[in-house]
Amino acid sequence: MLYREVGDFKTTYQADGQTFPIAFDRYRYYAVMLFAFAIMPFLLNDYWVKAIALPFLIYSIAAIGLNILIGYCGQVSLGTGGFMAVGAYSCYKFMTGFDIYIPGGEEWVRYALPPLNIFFSVILGGVMTALVGILFGLPSLRIKGFYLAVATLAAQFFLVWVFNKWEWSFNYSASGQITAPERFLFGHAITGPNTEPWATYLFCLVFLTILAIVARNLTRGHLGRSWMSIRDMDIAAEIIGVNPLKAKLTAFGISSFYIGIAGALLFSVYLGAVEVGEVFGIQKSFLVLFMVIIGGLGSIFGSFAGAAFMVLLPVLLKNVLVGQLGWATDIAAHLEFVIVGALIVIFLILEPHGLAQLWRIIKEKLRLWPFPH
Amino acid sequence: MSADFWFGVEVFLNGLMAGVMYSLVALGFVLIFKASGIFNYAQGVMALFAAQTLVGLQTGLIPFSHLINAIFGTEFHHFGQAAPDWWIETYSRGLSVLLPESISLSIAGFLGFYGPTILAIIFAALVMLFFAILVEKLVLKHLVNQEPIILFMATIGLAFFMEGFGELMWGSDVKTLDIGIEQGGNVWFEEKTSFLGGEDFYGFYLDTLDIYATFIAVALVLALVLFSQYTKTGRALRAVADDHQAALSVGISLRTIWVIVWTIAGFVALVAGMMWGAKSGVQFSLSLIALKALPVLMLGGFTSIPGAIIGGLIIGVGEKMFEFLIGAPYLGGATENWFAYMLALLFLVFRPQGLFGEKIIERV
Repeated sequence: MLYREVGDFKTTYQADGQTFPIAFDRYRYYAVMLFAFAIMPFLLNDYWVKAIALPFLIYSIAAIGLNILIGYCGQVSLGTGGFMAVGAYSCYKFMTGFDIYIPGGEEWVRYALPPLNIFFSVILGGVMTALVGILFGLPSLRIKGFYLAVATLAAQFFLVWVFNKWEWSFNYSASGQITAPERFLFGHAITGPNTEPWATYLFCLVFLTILAIVARNLTRGHLGRSWMSIRDMDIAAEIIGVNPLKAKLTAFGISSFYIGIAGALLFSVYLGAVEVGEVFGIQKSFLVLFMVIIGGLGSIFGSFAGAAFMVLLPVLLKNVLVGQLGWATDIAAHLEFVIVGALIVIFLILEPHGLAQLWRIIKEKLRLWPFPH
Repeated sequence: MSADFWFGVEVFLNGLMAGVMYSLVALGFVLIFKASGIFNYAQGVMALFAAQTLVGLQTGLIPFSHLINAIFGTEFHHFGQAAPDWWIETYSRGLSVLLPESISLSIAGFLGFYGPTILAIIFAALVMLFFAILVEKLVLKHLVNQEPIILFMATIGLAFFMEGFGELMWGSDVKTLDIGIEQGGNVWFEEKTSFLGGEDFYGFYLDTLDIYATFIAVALVLALVLFSQYTKTGRALRAVADDHQAALSVGISLRTIWVIVWTIAGFVALVAGMMWGAKSGVQFSLSLIALKALPVLMLGGFTSIPGAIIGGLIIGVGEKMFEFLIGAPYLGGATENWFAYMLALLFLVFRPQGLFGEKIIERV
């Protein structure tokens, strides 16, 4: 009834090409944005932010990033955890300040970079990750498919090792951990022990909103089309004039930028203190990969859905099994593995295109409702 | 020759041994990839699961005891202890009808000691067979004609499932696996080689287990080669590996072949899990060691059994030598974590199909 394009006439190209051409979709989008920005901050308490809201927002960014690489460009990556670590550690370095050397005159001039604002630290963390991502994306020009997936494992293990051994990267702290110092934005603490739930929530939400809009429009545009043509058949794409070097490396760069920002936020805003092997291990790579698969490859909405699913499922299971039934946490954790594994297989069998495809089917049904013929 | 040199040789030998262990896991990957084009990420977890099952059966753990205890509030975990004494007695009495007493006693003693292990291995193999059938029925059958990447992700899901399932079934504590091979270095080999160096050289230190693993790996590869060359089923396997459709058209049942291949891969996983488990305990990290098999495969090529062996040896030697010569002195150690992947990555840039892989031909 409501969800219908009939009578919704477009008079300009701009109106025709917008992200949500159907009026109902558009209003739903506005409503969600209004709810997320204006109402949610007042509802959240500390538990909800820490357990659900922040992980959801941060993993959504990571999932969008990985979806750009796998879903849109078709390059399978298992190095997400390593790239998130780059984002986290470079964000940490920018947050705390370090010495840089600038060539000037006869000798290099040492210049102490002051601690940057947290907002710019996070963005610069993303930029550094993008550079590293492009570096590790270079082999993708020669290696394809499974071989590439395994090659990205090199990034995963190498980067984790680097941040374990390279003492400069964690400011020579004795524990090898990095701990986010207290940083403010507009007078409100964003990182550190004295944050307010709504401030951290809004900080991550702003990042997610901007990045999601950018991703959505990138994938609709020229760049996104070149990615998709590489994904669908790279040789054919090359023959019709898509530059594989440019397409693949931009995909790696932009995807890593997103993942780096997610890593930086995960460390600075969400966790506060990070030990690289524990937080950014191979398990993290798989977690984000599952979000992308379950959500739906090649869909921005799917990234949100997948992230929500993978964040909510453990919380739900834990509440039911540990909270209600009183089981030991390790049994609940094992059962979670079983359920997640089974769900992935079931999803791939029933709906290889994930939750996003289910949503599309529902929308299609809604268009015809209540008269399906 | 200086002691340093001989120490280097020792590292080299140990690398070879480690390489054999990697090859054992890699073999399972190659088998499945050749026959079904599926890159089976779950191979490592299969090895873990097989080893867990083996330990569980050997020591008489009750499956799902933790889960059952959690649900019903009970407190059991083991079946009653096996009784080796009456085992031995019954066996020796039964055998003494046919054989002289001294021989029958020693056979019974052997069975008493190894009997539970052998039985457990047989049962674990049966479990892997059952698992292969289930995978085919529940997963692969429904994913025919999907893209390889979807199948790959399905095996990742499978790996997660089995990981949780195995730990739910047998508990997540680190288990020691005793298969009757002594632990630690091989004294005989160490003594025999001590003449090579000078005063401060005591011979090469090699794990006894690794030496056994080498022989078992050789036997396994020989058996596989003989199987695929000289049996009807083996020939059918090769036919499927060459061309699915042609194999179907001459009447080879793909589904049966898949069950067979997954079973064989399950057996290989059992052997690998047994060796790794006896070496470093049956625990979660076993499935991560299996990840090391991936660069082995990339070096050797996904479709080649000799490639898996040689790739394993190169990786094993390469990472041990790199750690010994460069990693530990200059880079702060623990380079073994990533060296294999980096080596494979660099290698692939120059030869994308691996050492022995089939040439990749791409058409539009």
